[in-house]
Amino acid sequence: MSTTEETKTEVEHEAKKEGRSGSSFQQLLVLLALVAIYVFFMFAAPNFAQLGIAIDILSQSAYIGVMALGTTFIIATGGIDLSSGTGMSLMAVAAGIFLAAPPYWNLPLGAGLLLVLLVGALIGAINGANVAILGLPPFIATLAMMMAARGLALVISQTQTISIANPGYKNLVQGNLIPRFELGGSTIAIPNSVLIFILLAIVAAFLLNKTLLGRYALAIGSNEEATRLSGVNVRFWKMMVYIVGGLFVAIGAILYSGRFGFVQPSEGVGFELNVIAAAVIGGTSLSGGRANITGTVIGALIMQTLTKGLQMMGLRQEWQLVVTGVVVLIAVLIDIQRQRRANAA
Amino acid sequence: MRIMRSAIALASVLALGLTACGTSTDTSSPDPTTAEETTSAPAESESASEEPSESPSEGGSEGAGDVPQGDGTQTIYLVSKGFQHRFWQAVREGAEQAGEEFNYKVEFVGPQNETQVTEQLNMLKTALDSKPAAIGLAALDSGAASDLLDQIEAAGIPIIAFDSGVDSDIPLTTVQTDNYAAAQAAAEHLVELIGGQGTVGLICHDQTSQTGKQRCDGFKEYMAENAPDVTVLPEQIAGEVGLAANAAKSMIQANPDMVGLYGSNEAAATGAVQGAIESGNSELKVVGFDSGKTQIDAIKNGQQAGAVTQAPIKMGYETVVAAIKAINGQELPEVIDSGFAWYDASNIDDPEIAANLYE
Repeated sequence: MSTTEETKTEVEHEAKKEGRSGSSFQQLLVLLALVAIYVFFMFAAPNFAQLGIAIDILSQSAYIGVMALGTTFIIATGGIDLSSGTGMSLMAVAAGIFLAAPPYWNLPLGAGLLLVLLVGALIGAINGANVAILGLPPFIATLAMMMAARGLALVISQTQTISIANPGYKNLVQGNLIPRFELGGSTIAIPNSVLIFILLAIVAAFLLNKTLLGRYALAIGSNEEATRLSGVNVRFWKMMVYIVGGLFVAIGAILYSGRFGFVQPSEGVGFELNVIAAAVIGGTSLSGGRANITGTVIGALIMQTLTKGLQMMGLRQEWQLVVTGVVVLIAVLIDIQRQRRANAA
Repeated sequence: MRIMRSAIALASVLALGLTACGTSTDTSSPDPTTAEETTSAPAESESASEEPSESPSEGGSEGAGDVPQGDGTQTIYLVSKGFQHRFWQAVREGAEQAGEEFNYKVEFVGPQNETQVTEQLNMLKTALDSKPAAIGLAALDSGAASDLLDQIEAAGIPIIAFDSGVDSDIPLTTVQTDNYAAAQAAAEHLVELIGGQGTVGLICHDQTSQTGKQRCDGFKEYMAENAPDVTVLPEQIAGEVGLAANAAKSMIQANPDMVGLYGSNEAAATGAVQGAIESGNSELKVVGFDSGKTQIDAIKNGQQAGAVTQAPIKMGYETVVAAIKAINGQELPEVIDSGFAWYDASNIDDPEIAANLYE
C-alpha cells in the first residue's frame, strides 16, 4: 500500500515537472506574441488604440476562452473535444427552453442556469463514459457527440429562434458589476463576461495546478499506463475531466447567448476548432501531459485580437482565417521543437 | 383594365413580404415551423383568400391576357419543399389564387420538413401517377429527382421548377427570387436613408453560395454605379449573429463616420443591429434581408430601418401561371423572377406583409 502511495506521489511529481518544464518559456513567447500583435494594430488599424477596444477583445473572446479552459484539461489527458462548438449551441438552446416565457419553461434564473450546467455535465459525462469506460478514441467519441448535439439543438428548439426575455440573463453577461467610469473623456464599461472569464481562468489554474484533477490529468496525458499501474483510478479521473470540460462549455453557452437575449440552434458549428486552437497556441500539447491555463487565456486573446484588428483594418474574413492558421502553425512548430530538445536531453 | 390590373398587381407585390431563408443557416428556403404556426397558418390563408381582390394578381411583365383560361377539369400539381411553414403556406396561397383566377385545380403538397428528400420523391411519384396537366417542383435536392423527371418527361407532362432550380434541362422554366435585384433594392433604400452620401459597410452571410454572392454583389454594384458619394467599406463575411455582431462593431469602431450598414440575411442583419447598439451609434441605419423574429422585432422598435424579403405569394402565383402557359404550349423564359418587397416600420403591420412574415 505504501509503495503504491509512493509511486502515486512520484507520478504526480513527474507529471507536474513535465507539465511545467519548458512551458514558462513558451508562456513568455505567447505573451510576447500577444503584445507584438496588439502594438502592431495600434499603429496599423484606425482607432484601435483605445481602452474600449481592449475590453471588447476580452469580452468577445470570453466564450471561446472559457470553453478552451475546460478543453485544456481534456487535451492534457491526451484527449480532444470536438463537441464543444455544437455542444455550446445545444446548451444555449437548452438555456432558452429553461428560461424563456411559455410555451417554454419560464424557470427562475438560478434554476435555469443550474439546469444548463447539468446539461453540460451530462454531455461531458457521456463523452467521458465513451472514452474512459467504452474505450472509444476521444476523437471519435466527441465527433459523434458533435453531430448528435447539433441535431439535438435543432430538435429541441424545433429550429426556432428562442427569445429569453428574462432581463437577469442578459444582465448576467452584459451588465456591469463594476460601475461604468469616465476615463480620458470616454465612458468605460466592463461587461460581466470579462469578469466571469477572469474568475474562471483563476479557478481553472487552481484546478490544474493545485488539485488531484489537474495532476492526474497531466499524469494520464504523459503516461496513462504508468499512472494506472501506480494505483490511480484512470477511468474515474478521465470521466471527471470530460465532465469539467462539459461544465465549461455550458458556461461558454451562457456567455454566448446572454449577449443577445435570444438563442438560435444553428450557431456554434466550427467553434470547437477555435477552442482547440486557443489551447494549442497557449502551449498545451496535443499529445497530452502538458497544459497551461495562462497560455490558453492568452491563446484566446491572440485570436480575438487578430480578428478584431484585421476587421478594423478592413481586411476580409478570408485573410483573418489565413493569419490565424499561420499563428496556430507557428505555435505547434515551437512546441515540436521544444519536445525534440527535451527528448534529446 | 389591363393597366389597372397591372398597377394593383405591382402594388400588391411591393406589399408582399417573406423570406425563403432559414435563420442563420443558408438554406434557400425556410425551416419547418412550430405546431403553433401550423395551426394559425391555414386560418390566415383562408381569410386571405376570402378577399381575392386584395391579393396579387399577375404582377409580372406578362399580361394576364396571355394566360388561357382552363375548363376547371385540369389539375396542376405542386410539390413544395415543406408544407407547414408559413413561407410555403404563402406560396400555396398564391398558387391557389392563380388556379381560381384561370380555372385550374391546384394540388399542393410537401414533406414535413426540408430534410426529407425521399419523402419528397415519393410525393413527386404520386404526382406523376395522378397524371396531372402539369407539375411544379421545388426540389430539396437538385440532383435526386433526375430519374423521376425523365419519367415525367416521357409521360408528356410539363414540369416547372420553383424556389430553386434542378440539375436538369427538363423543367421548362424556374420561378425564383432574383436575389441580385433584391440586394440592389436594399442598397437603393439605404442610399435614400442616408441622404445619398457617407460611408457604409456590408456584412454578407456567405461568399460561396449563389444566393450569398448575389446578395453581396447586388448591393456593392448598385452602390458603385448609382451612389458616387457613398464609400463602401470592404465586406465582412459572417453567417452567425455573434460573428456578425463582432464584425459590425469592429467596422463601426474603425470608421466612426459610418452611416449605414447592410446585412445579407437574418443573422447578418441582426448582428449588424447588435453591433450598432453595442457601439452606441444610434444614428446608424441598418438594412437587412429576409424576415425572422429578430429582424421583425428590430424593425418594429426602430433599431433597424428595414429589409427586403422574397415574395412567396407571387412565387406560387407565377408558378401556376407558368404551368398553365406550358400546358397550352406557350414559350417560357428560362427564369421567371418571383419578385421581392421592401418592408419597414411603416408597412410591417400591413395585413399583406404581416400575414407573410415568419418568426
